[in-house]
Amino acid sequence: MYEFEFEKPSTVAEAVAALADEDAQALGGGQTLIPTLKQRLAMPSKLVSLSSIPQLKELSDNGGMLTIGGAVTHAEVAAAAADSYPALADLASHIGDPAVRNRGTIGGSLANNDPAACYPAAALGSGATIVTSTREITADDYFRGLFETALNEGEIITAVRFPVPEKANYQKFLQPASRFALVGVFVAKYAAGVRVAVTGASEEGVFRWHEAEAALDTSFAPDALDGLSVDAGGMIGDMHGTKEYRAHLVGVMTKRAVAAAG
Amino acid sequence: MPKDNGIGASPKRREDVRFLTGAGNYTDDINVNGQAHVHFLRADVAHAAINSIDTSAAETMPGVVKIFTGADFAEVGGIPCGWGVTDRHGNPQQEPRHPIIAHDTIRHVGEIVAAVVADTLEQARDAAEAIELSLSDKPAVVSMGAALAEDATKVHEDLTSNLCYDWVFGNPDDDAVQAAFDSAAHVTTLELVNNRLVANPMEPRVAIGDYSRATDEHTLYTTSQNPHVIRLLMCAFVLGLPEHKVRVIAPDVGGGFGSKIFHYAEEAFCTFAAKACGRAVKWTSTRAEAFISDAHGRDHVTKIELALDADNNFTALRTNTMANMGAYLSTFSTSVPSYLHGTLMAGNYKTPIVQVNVKTVFTNTVPVDAYRGAGRPEATFQLERVIDKAARELGADPIALRRQNFITEFPYETPVALTYDTGDYVATMDKLEQVADVAGFAARRAESEKNGKLRGFGINCYIEACGIAPSNIVGMLGARAGLYDAATVRVNATGSISVMVGAHSHGQGHETSFPQVVADMIGIDESMVDIVHGDTGRVPFGMGTYGSRSIAVCGSAMVRATEKIINKAKKIAAHLMEASDADIELKDGQFTVAGTDKSVAWGDVCLTAYVPHNYPLEELEPGLEETAFYDPANFTYPAGAYACEVEVDPDTGKVSIERFSAADDFGNIINPMIVDGQVHGGLGQGIGQALLENAAYDEDGQLLSASFMDYAMPRADDVPFYQVDHSCQTPCTHNPLGVKGCGEAGAIGSPPAVVNAVIDALQSGGKDVTHIDMPLSPARVWAAMNG
Ligand SMILES: Cc1cc2nc3c(=O)[nH]c(=O)nc-3n(C[C@H](O)[C@H](O)[C@H](O)COP(=O)(O)OP(=O)(O)OC[C@H]3O[C@@H](n4cnc5c(N)ncnc54)[C@H](O)[C@@H]3O)c2cc1C
Repeated sequence: MYEFEFEKPSTVAEAVAALADEDAQALGGGQTLIPTLKQRLAMPSKLVSLSSIPQLKELSDNGGMLTIGGAVTHAEVAAAAADSYPALADLASHIGDPAVRNRGTIGGSLANNDPAACYPAAALGSGATIVTSTREITADDYFRGLFETALNEGEIITAVRFPVPEKANYQKFLQPASRFALVGVFVAKYAAGVRVAVTGASEEGVFRWHEAEAALDTSFAPDALDGLSVDAGGMIGDMHGTKEYRAHLVGVMTKRAVAAAG
Repeated sequence: MPKDNGIGASPKRREDVRFLTGAGNYTDDINVNGQAHVHFLRADVAHAAINSIDTSAAETMPGVVKIFTGADFAEVGGIPCGWGVTDRHGNPQQEPRHPIIAHDTIRHVGEIVAAVVADTLEQARDAAEAIELSLSDKPAVVSMGAALAEDATKVHEDLTSNLCYDWVFGNPDDDAVQAAFDSAAHVTTLELVNNRLVANPMEPRVAIGDYSRATDEHTLYTTSQNPHVIRLLMCAFVLGLPEHKVRVIAPDVGGGFGSKIFHYAEEAFCTFAAKACGRAVKWTSTRAEAFISDAHGRDHVTKIELALDADNNFTALRTNTMANMGAYLSTFSTSVPSYLHGTLMAGNYKTPIVQVNVKTVFTNTVPVDAYRGAGRPEATFQLERVIDKAARELGADPIALRRQNFITEFPYETPVALTYDTGDYVATMDKLEQVADVAGFAARRAESEKNGKLRGFGINCYIEACGIAPSNIVGMLGARAGLYDAATVRVNATGSISVMVGAHSHGQGHETSFPQVVADMIGIDESMVDIVHGDTGRVPFGMGTYGSRSIAVCGSAMVRATEKIINKAKKIAAHLMEASDADIELKDGQFTVAGTDKSVAWGDVCLTAYVPHNYPLEELEPGLEETAFYDPANFTYPAGAYACEVEVDPDTGKVSIERFSAADDFGNIINPMIVDGQVHGGLGQGIGQALLENAAYDEDGQLLSASFMDYAMPRADDVPFYQVDHSCQTPCTHNPLGVKGCGEAGAIGSPPAVVNAVIDALQSGGKDVTHIDMPLSPARVWAAMNG
């Protein structure tokens, strides 16, 4: 890696101030950023660690609203949400390996918005709210394509608020090498309607499959999806699967998620 | 009762204590006083002319010691190829110069273009970024078919084409072979790819060059499977150094799988640079570098045809293979698709006519060389796949078809130059049917189908030529080295023993199994015996570890040396007991005079050898140390039968391996637990090849799967619990232990079993699929089902 300064503030305000420097960058669990630095693919002037800010480590369950601090790790979510939001806990417990889950954070994952990452599907599928150092952003407005989000320079994800659904499930079909999602589908049923969010598949990043949502609003059962499919045109095609294969898997994984949600 | 000592016992691996508690001493753990670090600037394009390299700015950067380019190596040799294959017309293979650092042309992504030596690694990397390269890109030659086209761009301008050699083996008479096909009742044809692999041992390569001005001696610490081979190649062919001035040390090595046999540019570089810089020079490969600089494995494209008569007897076999060499010839590269592959094409079957045609091809990709099994998996895969396809076409039972064609009489001379000394393929198949519970398959299939899954059963037989190799035979075939091995047994005055062996242990457990043999022969406890390996300064000239050769070749040398020790010790014992040495017997560490109760203990004899106060000095030298070199009379022929059972999810194409059974004949076995482990590891790698691993290049010569994000290694949950049996034992007839070797069997025998099982599953679901190329990823299986 290249040389950089390092700061470890203890409040959000200090972190925001530290990030005001040109080319300063937030450091969550480092599971994406550190490998990038090692390969010399990024050259931040300063890293601002978010791991010692108590506010970002908070986790609360408030009558149907689960709020997770931006620096909460995947392992902590897997443990803490097991009762309150089992589908989310299950998703977190299948990210990477134990080392990744004990370092990687929800804020880092959502800020990075890898097109094959799991949390974006949960956030979009739950209609979560991304709370930042300056504002609140709905998940529908937050994701802007591959590795693109609504975050501005120096803006920190301080928390994510998940409305807890009646039923939900996440089905992840593994990319054989990375074990990220080749296709992952998060289905959540709320009183207001069903949400279906798909990760891994699209060239535009995580997306809502509205057609499936409408069908499931009518009948929350796998066969309600019969005959529905996403267009292969916008899907990712690579050595792990063609566009057609990914489009097919979206259908299969959505059905399985509905079946598993019960 | 299982034994608890000596041959046949399964003591836990003593080396694991240090490996599992972080006390191993790997090459990267070694740091030489004052060492500098090298960072290699590697090509990021596959093919280009180098117009100029400007290092002037980089040289002024902090910490830089020296920067090397191809010009610095113009006076030294290139990396040699250890095997010269003669083509079908009697001409030698085309052999391009293989430079340490690219000179005027870049020929693959990952090739070294410049080397920066600096005080720290980060300084070296910083300076490498300041090197200015002027390149003129050339078209990348990637696919073998395109490389052989008439007007193809040449990987090496000075060669006549991209063809390394065009080789024929077995029956060279095209007309006779064609006649056999013309008169066949049935011909089965299959075209297939044996996918390119990256070995990916857990420990990446490391090299440290050190030079002493005081003694003019070089020391190279390196991650090698064969330190003497490296010393010989580097001294004699590359750097022109006298061998007695060079010591090569390969300490603990974290896996090799073939990829650490070869002499690599980085080893010669560090040795050369240490003297040039007046400082030790260290290089530790990153994983990213390993993907583009370790020799790759496999990469064959084959058409195979099998002719059968009306009674389903195999009458002829013909293969046409293109094998990728990559951009340069790595150490054993040319032997793998020729002699290590063609000689195995008869398999376990008495097919009378076999013709093997191989074209090896230069491309702008990483060099390809031996990887666990080396040529033999490529032979087994095509043969066992075409037999399975024939069985399906004929409606024959795949097991019965194989049994009917088995070789049953030994010794057996194959049409492809080998003489199988012994074996019993019927016995291993019988054992397999039992271990794999073939009878219960139908019920298991019904159960899977109830759960919406397709279940398949795949069978496979293999034979390999191991215990590599009889030097005179391989010499005739083009090997530029002998393939004997050596051991020195040094008995200490108090009776403990150090055995210096030419074999190298990098996961095989030699430190446990070799002492079992010596302890058994003398009748002492294993704890009295240690082996020493991996250091040309300490061990006799041996050829190292690959080709499942260690116990069969080096172990035989060790037995011979121990026999010499025992003979001499008997003479000393006879002197002490005033008896004739012909009457001395050795049992349980006691020398006795036959038929009497006179005895003297091992320890007393050893002490006498070193404190020769009462000793026949006129007839016998004092001391107790013997060396033996052993050159095998033949290859050894491990063989066996494997069965794989898979479930395929028809919705996604995902294959899961539900059962995997192996019945192997390894001859006699020293440590059954270690043999189990070797088979398990081989099976894991074979399953990795069959389902997951794929080194794929794009048309520009960029490796698409250049990290673990895209190169899928098998993980624990990708493999099942194995049923492994090695109770069928036909001991090797020509080495003293009757051993055959077990290191590669699993990797050779498993890929066809997996693929055969998947095809069986798909056909059981009514899918008309006869072949899918490896790896059988979910996407490929799904595409085949919906094709
Ligand atoms: C081996 C491996 C396997 C993995 N498998 C999976 C998987 O299966 N599924 C999956 O979803 N992910 C997977 N990941 C990614 C993992 O979840 C990462 O933890 C995550 O993508 C990044 O989180 P982090 O806290 O480590 O962020 P970092 O790496 O520290 O940072 C990533 C980016 O986010 C920014 N950032 C970090 N925190 C914040 C914040 N609070 N506010 C604003 N910006 C911030 C950083 O500046 C940086 O740009 C895997 C990673 C590895 C190494």
